[in-house]
Amino acid sequence: MDRHTEKAAPQSEHTESAATAPQAVQAFGLTRRFGQLTAVDHVSFAVARGSIFGLLGPNGAGKSTLIKMLTTLLPPSEGTAVVGGFDIAREPESVRRVIGYVSQMLSADGELTGYENLLVSAKLYGIPRAERRRRIARALEFMELQDVASRLVSHYSGGMIRRLEIAQSMLHRPSVLFLDEPTVGLDPAAKHAVWKRIQDLREQLQTTIFMTTHDMEEADRLCDRVAFLHRGSLVLEGVPRDLKAGLGPQASLDDVFLHSTGASIAEEGALRDVIRTRITTRRVG
Amino acid sequence: MSSERELRPVVWVEIGKPIDFARQTFAVAEADVRKLIHDPVELFTRMVQPILWLLIFGEVFSRVRAIPTGELRYLDFMTPGILAQSVLFGSIFYGISLIWERDLGIVNKFLVSPAPRLALVLGRGLSSTVRSLCQMVLVFVLAGLLGVRLRLAIGPLAGVIAAVMLGSAIFATFSLIAACIVKSRERFMGIGQVLTMPLFFASNAIYPLSLMPRWLRGVSAANPLSYQVDALRGLMVVGGKSTFGIGVDFAAMFFVLALLLAVATKLYPRIVQ
Repeated sequence: MDRHTEKAAPQSEHTESAATAPQAVQAFGLTRRFGQLTAVDHVSFAVARGSIFGLLGPNGAGKSTLIKMLTTLLPPSEGTAVVGGFDIAREPESVRRVIGYVSQMLSADGELTGYENLLVSAKLYGIPRAERRRRIARALEFMELQDVASRLVSHYSGGMIRRLEIAQSMLHRPSVLFLDEPTVGLDPAAKHAVWKRIQDLREQLQTTIFMTTHDMEEADRLCDRVAFLHRGSLVLEGVPRDLKAGLGPQASLDDVFLHSTGASIAEEGALRDVIRTRITTRRVG
Repeated sequence: MSSERELRPVVWVEIGKPIDFARQTFAVAEADVRKLIHDPVELFTRMVQPILWLLIFGEVFSRVRAIPTGELRYLDFMTPGILAQSVLFGSIFYGISLIWERDLGIVNKFLVSPAPRLALVLGRGLSSTVRSLCQMVLVFVLAGLLGVRLRLAIGPLAGVIAAVMLGSAIFATFSLIAACIVKSRERFMGIGQVLTMPLFFASNAIYPLSLMPRWLRGVSAANPLSYQVDALRGLMVVGGKSTFGIGVDFAAMFFVLALLLAVATKLYPRIVQ
Protein backbone atom coordinates (compact mmCIF):
# COMPACT_ATOMS: atom_id res chain seq x y z
CA MET A 1 0.00 0.00 0.00
CA ASP A 2 1.35 3.43 -0.86
CA ARG A 3 2.03 6.36 1.39
CA HIS A 4 -1.20 8.20 0.65
CA THR A 5 -3.51 5.32 1.30
CA GLU A 6 -1.66 4.52 4.50
CA LYS A 7 -1.80 8.06 5.73
CA ALA A 8 -5.42 8.55 4.78
CA ALA A 9 -6.77 5.26 6.06
CA PRO A 10 -7.36 6.12 9.72
CA GLN A 11 -9.04 9.43 8.82
CA SER A 12 -11.89 7.98 6.85
CA GLU A 13 -14.56 5.62 8.03
CA HIS A 14 -15.27 4.65 4.43
CA THR A 15 -11.69 4.18 3.34
CA GLU A 16 -10.94 0.83 4.82
CA SER A 17 -14.00 -0.81 3.40
CA ALA A 18 -13.50 0.95 0.07
CA ALA A 19 -9.91 -0.17 -0.30
CA THR A 20 -10.83 -3.81 0.21
CA ALA A 21 -14.32 -3.66 -1.28
CA PRO A 22 -14.73 -4.20 -5.01
CA GLN A 23 -16.08 -0.65 -5.48
CA ALA A 24 -14.06 2.06 -7.20
CA VAL A 25 -16.68 4.76 -6.65
CA GLN A 26 -19.33 4.89 -3.96
CA ALA A 27 -21.70 7.81 -3.53
CA PHE A 28 -23.61 8.35 -0.31
CA GLY A 29 -26.58 10.71 -0.64
CA LEU A 30 -24.64 13.12 -2.82
CA THR A 31 -26.51 16.43 -3.10
CA ARG A 32 -25.73 19.79 -4.68
CA ARG A 33 -27.86 22.90 -4.47
CA PHE A 34 -27.43 26.18 -6.35
CA GLY A 35 -29.60 28.63 -4.45
CA GLN A 36 -33.17 27.35 -4.74
CA LEU A 37 -32.29 24.77 -7.36
CA THR A 38 -31.31 21.24 -6.35
CA ALA A 39 -29.15 20.07 -9.26
CA VAL A 40 -28.30 16.69 -7.72
CA ASP A 41 -30.61 15.26 -5.09
CA HIS A 42 -29.45 12.56 -2.63
CA VAL A 43 -27.81 10.31 -5.18
CA SER A 44 -26.30 7.02 -4.00
CA PHE A 45 -24.68 4.33 -6.14
CA ALA A 46 -21.61 2.13 -6.44
CA VAL A 47 -19.29 1.43 -9.35
CA ALA A 48 -17.43 -1.88 -9.42
CA ARG A 49 -13.70 -1.75 -9.97
CA GLY A 50 -12.60 -2.35 -13.54
CA SER A 51 -16.09 -1.78 -14.94
CA ILE A 52 -17.51 0.85 -17.28
CA PHE A 53 -20.36 2.69 -15.63
CA GLY A 54 -22.65 4.97 -17.62
CA LEU A 55 -24.60 7.82 -16.12
CA LEU A 56 -27.43 8.58 -18.52
CA GLY A 57 -29.80 11.43 -18.73
CA PRO A 58 -30.88 14.34 -20.89
CA ASN A 59 -29.17 17.73 -20.91
CA GLY A 60 -29.72 19.46 -17.59
CA ALA A 61 -30.35 16.27 -15.60
CA GLY A 62 -27.38 17.00 -13.30
CA LYS A 63 -24.80 14.68 -14.89
CA SER A 64 -22.04 17.28 -15.14
CA THR A 65 -22.73 18.56 -11.62
CA LEU A 66 -22.45 15.01 -10.28
CA ILE A 67 -19.20 14.36 -12.14
CA LYS A 68 -17.80 17.69 -10.92
CA MET A 69 -18.46 16.64 -7.33
CA LEU A 70 -16.86 13.23 -7.84
CA THR A 71 -13.75 14.86 -9.36
CA THR A 72 -13.51 17.41 -6.47
CA LEU A 73 -14.20 20.42 -8.69
CA LEU A 74 -17.37 21.21 -6.79
CA PRO A 75 -17.94 20.55 -3.08
CA PRO A 76 -21.21 18.72 -2.32
CA SER A 77 -23.89 20.56 -0.33
CA GLU A 78 -24.71 17.31 1.43
CA GLY A 79 -23.55 13.69 1.40
CA THR A 80 -20.19 12.44 0.19
CA ALA A 81 -18.52 9.88 -2.02
CA VAL A 82 -15.48 7.65 -1.88
CA VAL A 83 -13.43 7.60 -5.06
CA GLY A 84 -10.44 5.28 -5.44
CA GLY A 85 -10.51 4.74 -1.68
CA PHE A 86 -10.59 8.42 -0.68
CA ASP A 87 -13.36 10.63 0.59
CA ILE A 88 -14.05 13.51 -1.82
CA ALA A 89 -14.97 15.94 0.94
CA ARG A 90 -12.18 15.16 3.38
CA GLU A 91 -9.34 14.02 1.13
CA PRO A 92 -9.76 15.86 -2.17
CA GLU A 93 -5.98 16.03 -2.77
CA SER A 94 -5.67 12.26 -2.51
CA VAL A 95 -8.69 11.77 -4.80
CA ARG A 96 -7.01 13.96 -7.44
CA ARG A 97 -3.96 11.70 -7.46
CA VAL A 98 -5.91 8.59 -8.39
CA ILE A 99 -8.40 9.96 -10.92
CA GLY A 100 -8.34 11.20 -14.48
CA TYR A 101 -10.97 13.52 -15.91
CA VAL A 102 -11.97 14.60 -19.39
CA SER A 103 -14.55 17.35 -19.26
CA GLN A 104 -17.41 17.77 -21.69
CA MET A 105 -15.77 20.86 -23.10
CA LEU A 106 -12.62 20.46 -25.15
CA SER A 107 -9.92 20.99 -22.59
CA ALA A 108 -6.78 20.38 -24.67
CA ASP A 109 -5.02 23.67 -25.26
CA GLY A 110 -5.34 24.62 -28.93
CA GLU A 111 -2.41 27.03 -28.74
CA LEU A 112 -0.03 24.22 -27.79
CA THR A 113 1.06 21.15 -29.75
CA GLY A 114 -0.20 17.68 -28.84
CA TYR A 115 3.18 16.84 -27.37
CA GLU A 116 3.25 20.02 -25.30
CA ASN A 117 -0.23 19.34 -23.92
CA LEU A 118 0.96 15.94 -22.74
CA LEU A 119 4.20 17.37 -21.39
CA VAL A 120 2.42 19.95 -19.24
CA SER A 121 0.06 17.30 -17.87
CA ALA A 122 2.94 14.96 -17.06
CA LYS A 123 4.65 17.73 -15.12
CA LEU A 124 1.47 18.68 -13.27
CA TYR A 125 1.21 15.07 -12.13
CA GLY A 126 4.83 15.09 -10.99
CA ILE A 127 5.95 12.32 -13.34
CA PRO A 128 9.79 12.34 -13.27
CA ARG A 129 11.73 13.29 -16.37
CA ALA A 130 12.98 9.83 -17.37
CA GLU A 131 9.52 8.31 -17.07
CA ARG A 132 7.83 11.30 -18.74
CA ARG A 133 9.38 10.81 -22.15
CA ARG A 134 8.50 7.10 -22.22
CA ARG A 135 4.92 7.61 -21.14
CA ILE A 136 4.24 10.44 -23.57
CA ALA A 137 5.66 8.38 -26.45
CA ARG A 138 3.52 5.43 -25.45
CA ALA A 139 0.39 7.54 -25.02
CA LEU A 140 0.86 9.12 -28.47
CA GLU A 141 1.30 5.70 -29.99
CA PHE A 142 -1.70 4.21 -28.20
CA MET A 143 -3.92 7.04 -29.40
CA GLU A 144 -2.35 7.00 -32.89
CA LEU A 145 -1.29 10.62 -32.63
CA GLN A 146 2.48 10.23 -33.03
CA ASP A 147 2.46 11.73 -36.56
CA VAL A 148 0.71 14.92 -35.46
CA ALA A 149 2.41 15.30 -32.07
CA SER A 150 4.27 18.44 -33.10
CA ARG A 151 1.27 20.16 -34.68
CA LEU A 152 -0.78 22.77 -32.84
CA VAL A 153 -3.93 21.20 -31.40
CA SER A 154 -6.01 23.95 -33.02
CA HIS A 155 -5.37 22.09 -36.31
CA TYR A 156 -6.61 18.74 -34.92
CA SER A 157 -9.99 17.21 -35.73
CA GLY A 158 -12.53 16.76 -32.93
CA GLY A 159 -11.82 13.04 -32.67
CA MET A 160 -8.07 13.63 -32.43
CA ILE A 161 -8.58 16.19 -29.67
CA ARG A 162 -10.72 13.75 -27.69
CA ARG A 163 -8.10 11.03 -28.03
CA LEU A 164 -5.40 13.47 -26.96
CA GLU A 165 -7.44 14.46 -23.92
CA ILE A 166 -7.98 10.86 -22.88
CA ALA A 167 -4.23 10.27 -23.32
CA GLN A 168 -3.57 13.33 -21.14
CA SER A 169 -5.86 12.12 -18.39
CA MET A 170 -4.26 8.64 -18.42
CA LEU A 171 -0.58 9.63 -18.20
CA HIS A 172 -0.47 9.12 -14.44
CA ARG A 173 -2.32 5.79 -14.69
CA PRO A 174 -5.40 6.75 -12.67
CA SER A 175 -7.48 3.97 -11.19
CA VAL A 176 -10.72 5.76 -12.07
CA LEU A 177 -11.24 7.73 -15.28
CA PHE A 178 -14.16 10.19 -15.53
CA LEU A 179 -15.40 11.00 -19.02
CA ASP A 180 -18.09 13.65 -19.36
CA GLU A 181 -19.90 13.16 -22.69
CA PRO A 182 -16.76 11.80 -24.40
CA THR A 183 -18.17 11.63 -27.92
CA VAL A 184 -20.60 14.55 -28.03
CA GLY A 185 -20.40 16.22 -31.44
CA LEU A 186 -18.15 13.59 -33.04
CA ASP A 187 -18.93 11.98 -36.38
CA PRO A 188 -19.56 8.19 -36.36
CA ALA A 189 -16.03 7.21 -37.39
CA ALA A 190 -14.37 9.39 -34.74
CA LYS A 191 -16.91 8.15 -32.21
CA HIS A 192 -15.99 4.53 -32.89
CA ALA A 193 -12.29 5.32 -32.57
CA VAL A 194 -12.89 6.87 -29.14
CA TRP A 195 -15.06 3.93 -28.06
CA LYS A 196 -12.30 1.51 -29.02
CA ARG A 197 -9.76 3.41 -26.91
CA ILE A 198 -12.09 3.41 -23.93
CA GLN A 199 -12.54 -0.35 -24.19
CA ASP A 200 -8.79 -0.86 -24.61
CA LEU A 201 -8.06 1.17 -21.48
CA ARG A 202 -10.35 -1.00 -19.43
CA GLU A 203 -8.93 -4.22 -20.85
CA GLN A 204 -5.24 -3.32 -20.81
CA LEU A 205 -4.98 -1.23 -17.65
CA GLN A 206 -8.09 -2.38 -15.75
CA THR A 207 -9.10 1.25 -15.41
CA THR A 208 -12.54 1.85 -13.94
CA ILE A 209 -14.44 4.16 -16.26
CA PHE A 210 -17.24 6.44 -15.14
CA MET A 211 -18.87 8.18 -18.07
CA THR A 212 -21.85 10.37 -18.67
CA THR A 213 -23.71 10.35 -21.94
CA HIS A 214 -27.06 11.00 -23.50
CA ASP A 215 -26.18 8.77 -26.43
CA MET A 216 -28.04 5.51 -25.85
CA GLU A 217 -26.08 3.59 -28.46
CA GLU A 218 -22.88 4.57 -26.69
CA ALA A 219 -24.23 3.37 -23.35
CA ASP A 220 -25.41 0.12 -24.91
CA ARG A 221 -22.06 -0.56 -26.56
CA LEU A 222 -19.73 0.33 -23.73
CA CYS A 223 -21.34 0.19 -20.32
CA ASP A 224 -21.49 -2.78 -17.97
CA ARG A 225 -24.00 -0.91 -15.86
CA VAL A 226 -26.01 2.22 -16.42
CA ALA A 227 -27.93 4.58 -14.14
CA PHE A 228 -30.56 7.07 -15.23
CA LEU A 229 -30.45 10.55 -13.81
CA HIS A 230 -33.60 12.59 -14.19
CA ARG A 231 -33.93 16.11 -12.79
CA GLY A 232 -31.22 15.46 -10.23
CA SER A 233 -32.44 12.10 -8.95
CA LEU A 234 -31.33 8.59 -9.78
CA VAL A 235 -34.42 6.84 -11.12
CA LEU A 236 -33.13 3.47 -12.31
CA GLU A 237 -29.93 1.45 -12.29
CA GLY A 238 -28.90 -1.84 -13.81
CA VAL A 239 -27.31 -3.88 -16.59
CA PRO A 240 -28.44 -2.50 -20.00
CA ARG A 241 -29.47 -5.94 -21.27
CA ASP A 242 -31.64 -6.64 -18.21
CA LEU A 243 -33.23 -3.21 -18.28
CA LYS A 244 -34.22 -3.62 -21.91
CA ALA A 245 -35.37 -7.22 -21.45
CA GLY A 246 -37.73 -6.03 -18.73
CA LEU A 247 -39.66 -4.05 -21.33
CA GLY A 248 -39.72 -6.54 -24.17
CA PRO A 249 -37.53 -8.01 -26.90
CA GLN A 250 -37.39 -4.91 -29.12
CA ALA A 251 -36.93 -2.31 -26.37
CA SER A 252 -34.03 0.19 -26.49
CA LEU A 253 -32.47 2.12 -23.62
CA ASP A 254 -34.43 5.13 -24.89
CA ASP A 255 -37.63 3.18 -24.26
CA VAL A 256 -36.42 2.26 -20.78
CA PHE A 257 -35.78 5.89 -19.98
CA LEU A 258 -39.15 6.95 -21.36
CA HIS A 259 -40.87 4.21 -19.40
CA SER A 260 -39.23 5.08 -16.08
CA THR A 261 -39.44 8.87 -16.27
CA GLY A 262 -42.23 9.63 -18.72
CA ALA A 263 -39.81 11.89 -20.56
CA SER A 264 -37.74 11.47 -23.68
CA ILE A 265 -34.01 11.71 -23.23
CA ALA A 266 -33.56 13.83 -26.35
CA GLU A 267 -36.13 16.45 -25.49
CA GLU A 268 -35.32 17.42 -21.93
CA GLY A 269 -32.74 20.02 -21.04
CA ALA A 270 -32.17 23.53 -19.84
CA LEU A 271 -31.19 26.20 -22.36
CA ARG A 272 -27.76 26.62 -20.81
CA ASP A 273 -26.87 22.95 -21.20
CA VAL A 274 -28.12 22.85 -24.75
CA ILE A 275 -25.98 25.87 -25.60
CA ARG A 276 -22.95 24.29 -23.99
CA THR A 277 -23.41 21.08 -25.96
CA ARG A 278 -23.79 23.07 -29.16
CA ILE A 279 -20.61 25.03 -28.47
CA THR A 280 -18.66 21.83 -27.89
CA THR A 281 -20.19 20.34 -31.01
CA ARG A 282 -19.20 23.35 -33.06
CA ARG A 283 -15.63 23.31 -31.77
CA VAL A 284 -15.36 19.60 -32.41
CA GLY A 285 -16.87 19.83 -35.88
CA MET B 1 -2.91 -7.29 -11.50
CA SER B 2 -3.73 -7.29 -7.79
CA SER B 3 -6.50 -5.11 -6.48
CA GLU B 4 -4.08 -3.17 -4.28
CA ARG B 5 -1.89 -2.31 -7.21
CA GLU B 6 -4.81 -0.84 -9.06
CA LEU B 7 -5.41 1.79 -6.44
CA ARG B 8 -1.81 2.81 -6.30
CA PRO B 9 -0.82 6.19 -7.66
CA VAL B 10 2.34 5.16 -9.41
CA VAL B 11 5.17 7.66 -9.47
CA TRP B 12 5.09 10.66 -7.26
CA VAL B 13 5.26 8.87 -3.92
CA GLU B 14 9.04 8.76 -4.13
CA ILE B 15 9.51 12.46 -4.83
CA GLY B 16 9.96 15.13 -2.20
CA LYS B 17 7.19 17.69 -1.94
CA PRO B 18 9.15 20.89 -2.64
CA ILE B 19 10.48 19.44 -5.91
CA ASP B 20 6.94 18.51 -6.91
CA PHE B 21 5.72 21.96 -6.02
CA ALA B 22 8.41 23.68 -8.07
CA ARG B 23 7.83 21.35 -11.02
CA GLN B 24 4.09 22.00 -10.98
CA THR B 25 4.54 25.76 -10.65
CA PHE B 26 6.95 25.83 -13.58
CA ALA B 27 4.66 23.57 -15.63
CA VAL B 28 1.86 26.14 -15.39
CA ALA B 29 4.24 28.92 -16.42
CA GLU B 30 5.81 26.76 -19.13
CA ALA B 31 2.45 26.19 -20.82
CA ASP B 32 1.99 29.92 -21.10
CA VAL B 33 5.53 30.65 -22.26
CA ARG B 34 5.29 27.98 -24.96
CA LYS B 35 2.10 29.64 -26.23
CA LEU B 36 3.95 32.94 -26.35
CA ILE B 37 6.70 31.32 -28.41
CA HIS B 38 4.15 29.91 -30.87
CA ASP B 39 2.50 33.30 -31.23
CA PRO B 40 4.66 36.23 -30.09
CA VAL B 41 2.49 38.97 -31.64
CA GLU B 42 1.33 40.03 -28.18
CA LEU B 43 4.88 40.95 -27.21
CA PHE B 44 5.05 43.46 -30.05
CA THR B 45 1.69 45.07 -29.38
CA ARG B 46 2.75 45.53 -25.77
CA MET B 47 5.69 47.61 -26.90
CA VAL B 48 3.54 50.43 -28.23
CA GLN B 49 2.54 51.95 -24.91
CA PRO B 50 5.96 52.44 -23.31
CA ILE B 51 7.24 53.83 -26.61
CA LEU B 52 4.46 56.46 -26.65
CA TRP B 53 5.00 57.45 -23.04
CA LEU B 54 8.76 57.79 -23.27
CA LEU B 55 8.93 59.34 -26.73
CA ILE B 56 5.99 61.74 -26.58
CA PHE B 57 5.03 62.40 -22.96
CA GLY B 58 8.61 62.14 -21.71
CA GLU B 59 10.17 64.33 -24.38
CA VAL B 60 7.51 67.05 -23.98
CA PHE B 61 7.51 67.14 -20.19
CA SER B 62 11.31 67.22 -20.14
CA ARG B 63 11.02 70.62 -21.82
CA VAL B 64 8.35 71.94 -19.45
CA ARG B 65 10.57 71.63 -16.38
CA ALA B 66 7.49 72.02 -14.13
CA ILE B 67 8.05 68.89 -12.07
CA PRO B 68 10.77 69.10 -9.40
CA THR B 69 12.88 65.97 -9.77
CA GLY B 70 16.00 67.06 -7.89
CA GLU B 71 19.23 66.50 -9.78
CA LEU B 72 17.60 64.03 -12.18
CA ARG B 73 16.48 65.04 -15.65
CA TYR B 74 12.74 64.52 -15.97
CA LEU B 75 13.17 61.76 -18.57
CA ASP B 76 15.56 59.94 -16.21
CA PHE B 77 13.03 60.43 -13.40
CA MET B 78 10.10 59.05 -15.33
CA THR B 79 11.82 56.08 -17.02
CA PRO B 80 11.47 53.79 -13.97
CA GLY B 81 7.86 54.97 -13.67
CA ILE B 82 7.14 54.05 -17.28
CA LEU B 83 8.74 50.63 -16.80
CA ALA B 84 6.50 50.06 -13.76
CA GLN B 85 3.52 51.35 -15.71
CA SER B 86 4.04 48.96 -18.60
CA VAL B 87 4.39 46.10 -16.12
CA LEU B 88 1.12 47.19 -14.48
CA PHE B 89 -0.82 47.57 -17.74
CA GLY B 90 0.51 44.27 -19.03
CA SER B 91 -0.35 42.30 -15.90
CA ILE B 92 -3.64 43.81 -14.77
CA PHE B 93 -5.60 42.22 -17.64
CA TYR B 94 -3.94 38.85 -17.13
CA GLY B 95 -7.03 37.47 -15.37
CA ILE B 96 -9.01 37.55 -18.57
CA SER B 97 -6.97 34.61 -19.87
CA LEU B 98 -8.21 32.63 -16.86
CA ILE B 99 -11.83 33.39 -17.74
CA TRP B 100 -11.13 32.52 -21.36
CA GLU B 101 -9.51 29.21 -20.41
CA ARG B 102 -12.35 28.48 -18.00
CA ASP B 103 -14.83 28.90 -20.87
CA LEU B 104 -12.77 26.54 -23.01
CA GLY B 105 -12.55 23.92 -20.22
CA ILE B 106 -8.78 24.16 -19.79
CA VAL B 107 -8.93 25.33 -16.18
CA ASN B 108 -10.78 22.13 -15.19
CA LYS B 109 -7.77 20.14 -16.28
CA PHE B 110 -5.48 22.06 -13.95
CA LEU B 111 -7.90 21.88 -11.04
CA VAL B 112 -8.37 18.09 -11.15
CA SER B 113 -4.61 17.57 -11.12
CA PRO B 114 -2.91 16.99 -7.76
CA ALA B 115 -0.97 20.27 -8.14
CA PRO B 116 -1.60 22.43 -5.06
CA ARG B 117 -3.77 25.48 -5.77
CA LEU B 118 -0.87 27.70 -4.70
CA ALA B 119 1.31 26.19 -7.44
CA LEU B 120 -1.41 26.91 -10.03
CA VAL B 121 -1.70 30.55 -8.93
CA LEU B 122 2.03 31.09 -8.53
CA GLY B 123 2.68 29.53 -11.94
CA ARG B 124 0.36 32.05 -13.56
CA GLY B 125 2.08 34.91 -11.74
CA LEU B 126 5.41 33.56 -12.93
CA SER B 127 4.32 33.44 -16.56
CA SER B 128 3.21 37.05 -16.29
CA THR B 129 6.73 37.99 -15.17
CA VAL B 130 8.15 36.55 -18.38
CA ARG B 131 6.13 39.04 -20.43
CA SER B 132 7.11 41.87 -18.13
CA LEU B 133 10.80 41.03 -18.43
CA CYS B 134 10.47 41.32 -22.21
CA GLN B 135 9.01 44.79 -21.71
CA MET B 136 11.87 45.62 -19.38
CA VAL B 137 14.39 44.87 -22.12
CA LEU B 138 12.49 47.18 -24.48
CA VAL B 139 12.32 50.04 -21.97
CA PHE B 140 16.07 49.71 -21.32
CA VAL B 141 16.89 49.85 -25.01
CA LEU B 142 14.57 52.76 -25.67
CA ALA B 143 15.71 54.74 -22.64
CA GLY B 144 19.33 54.12 -23.61
CA LEU B 145 18.64 55.51 -27.07
CA LEU B 146 17.00 58.58 -25.55
CA GLY B 147 20.09 59.26 -23.47
CA VAL B 148 18.79 58.18 -20.08
CA ARG B 149 21.76 57.30 -17.89
CA LEU B 150 21.06 53.70 -16.87
CA ARG B 151 22.93 51.68 -14.26
CA LEU B 152 24.04 48.49 -15.95
CA ALA B 153 26.11 46.83 -13.20
CA ILE B 154 25.06 43.33 -12.16
CA GLY B 155 23.84 44.29 -8.67
CA PRO B 156 21.39 47.08 -9.58
CA LEU B 157 20.28 45.17 -12.67
CA ALA B 158 19.42 42.12 -10.57
CA GLY B 159 17.46 44.44 -8.28
CA VAL B 160 15.53 45.87 -11.24
CA ILE B 161 14.71 42.37 -12.50
CA ALA B 162 13.47 41.39 -9.02
CA ALA B 163 11.32 44.53 -8.73
CA VAL B 164 9.84 43.98 -12.19
CA MET B 165 9.04 40.33 -11.41
CA LEU B 166 7.50 41.15 -8.04
CA GLY B 167 5.37 43.95 -9.45
CA SER B 168 4.23 41.78 -12.33
CA ALA B 169 3.31 38.87 -10.04
CA ILE B 170 1.44 41.26 -7.72
CA PHE B 171 -0.77 42.77 -10.43
CA ALA B 172 -1.29 39.46 -12.26
CA THR B 173 -2.40 37.79 -9.02
CA PHE B 174 -4.63 40.75 -8.24
CA SER B 175 -6.11 40.33 -11.69
CA LEU B 176 -6.71 36.60 -11.11
CA ILE B 177 -8.59 37.45 -7.92
CA ALA B 178 -10.78 39.90 -9.83
CA ALA B 179 -11.43 37.22 -12.49
CA CYS B 180 -12.43 34.65 -9.85
CA ILE B 181 -14.90 37.15 -8.39
CA VAL B 182 -16.55 38.60 -11.50
CA LYS B 183 -16.26 35.41 -13.62
CA SER B 184 -17.32 37.01 -16.91
CA ARG B 185 -15.20 38.69 -19.57
CA GLU B 186 -17.41 41.75 -19.95
CA ARG B 187 -17.48 42.59 -16.27
CA PHE B 188 -13.78 41.90 -16.00
CA MET B 189 -12.90 44.33 -18.77
CA GLY B 190 -14.95 47.02 -17.02
CA ILE B 191 -13.14 46.46 -13.73
CA GLY B 192 -9.74 46.41 -15.40
CA GLN B 193 -10.42 49.76 -17.04
CA VAL B 194 -11.62 51.27 -13.78
CA LEU B 195 -8.58 50.09 -11.82
CA THR B 196 -5.60 50.84 -14.03
CA MET B 197 -5.81 54.61 -14.24
CA PRO B 198 -6.24 55.27 -10.48
CA LEU B 199 -3.40 52.83 -9.72
CA PHE B 200 -1.18 54.65 -12.18
CA PHE B 201 -2.02 58.25 -11.31
CA ALA B 202 -2.17 57.66 -7.54
CA SER B 203 1.47 56.61 -7.61
CA ASN B 204 4.85 58.24 -7.92
CA ALA B 205 5.33 56.95 -11.50
CA ILE B 206 5.39 60.29 -13.34
CA TYR B 207 5.64 62.83 -10.52
CA PRO B 208 7.23 62.73 -7.06
CA LEU B 209 5.18 62.12 -3.90
CA SER B 210 6.24 65.58 -2.65
CA LEU B 211 4.03 67.22 -5.29
CA MET B 212 0.90 65.43 -4.12
CA PRO B 213 -1.70 66.79 -1.72
CA ARG B 214 -1.69 65.07 1.65
CA TRP B 215 -4.65 62.77 1.02
CA LEU B 216 -3.24 61.56 -2.29
CA ARG B 217 0.08 60.86 -0.63
CA GLY B 218 -1.83 58.57 1.76
CA VAL B 219 -3.48 56.75 -1.13
CA SER B 220 -0.19 56.49 -2.92
CA ALA B 221 1.49 54.95 0.13
CA ALA B 222 -1.10 52.16 0.07
CA ASN B 223 -0.56 51.57 -3.66
CA PRO B 224 1.89 48.72 -4.36
CA LEU B 225 2.87 50.42 -7.63
CA SER B 226 4.51 53.24 -5.63
CA TYR B 227 6.89 50.77 -3.97
CA GLN B 228 7.78 49.18 -7.25
CA VAL B 229 8.47 52.57 -8.83
CA ASP B 230 10.43 53.69 -5.77
CA ALA B 231 12.65 50.58 -5.88
CA LEU B 232 13.18 50.95 -9.63
CA ARG B 233 14.03 54.64 -9.22
CA GLY B 234 16.66 53.79 -6.64
CA LEU B 235 18.18 51.01 -8.76
CA MET B 236 17.73 51.80 -12.40
CA VAL B 237 19.10 55.27 -13.20
CA VAL B 238 22.33 57.00 -12.29
CA GLY B 239 21.63 59.47 -9.46
CA GLY B 240 18.18 58.01 -8.80
CA LYS B 241 17.09 57.88 -5.15
CA SER B 242 14.55 55.73 -3.36
CA THR B 243 12.25 57.71 -1.06
CA PHE B 244 11.08 54.88 1.21
CA GLY B 245 14.37 52.90 1.10
CA ILE B 246 14.95 49.84 -1.09
CA GLY B 247 14.51 47.48 1.85
CA VAL B 248 11.10 48.93 2.67
CA ASP B 249 10.09 48.76 -1.01
CA PHE B 250 10.90 45.06 -1.32
CA ALA B 251 9.39 44.21 2.06
CA ALA B 252 6.16 45.95 1.06
CA MET B 253 6.06 44.15 -2.29
CA PHE B 254 6.69 40.73 -0.71
CA PHE B 255 4.02 41.38 1.88
CA VAL B 256 1.40 42.40 -0.70
CA LEU B 257 2.26 39.45 -2.95
CA ALA B 258 1.98 36.96 -0.07
CA LEU B 259 -1.39 38.41 0.88
CA LEU B 260 -2.71 38.31 -2.69
CA LEU B 261 -1.43 34.75 -3.23
CA ALA B 262 -3.25 33.59 -0.12
CA VAL B 263 -6.52 35.14 -1.33
CA ALA B 264 -6.10 33.90 -4.91
CA THR B 265 -5.35 30.35 -3.76
CA LYS B 266 -8.59 30.37 -1.81
CA LEU B 267 -10.67 31.80 -4.66
CA TYR B 268 -9.14 29.99 -7.64
CA PRO B 269 -11.34 26.84 -7.50
CA ARG B 270 -14.43 29.08 -7.54
CA ILE B 271 -13.84 30.04 -11.15
CA VAL B 272 -15.28 26.69 -12.32
CA GLN B 273 -18.12 26.43 -9.79
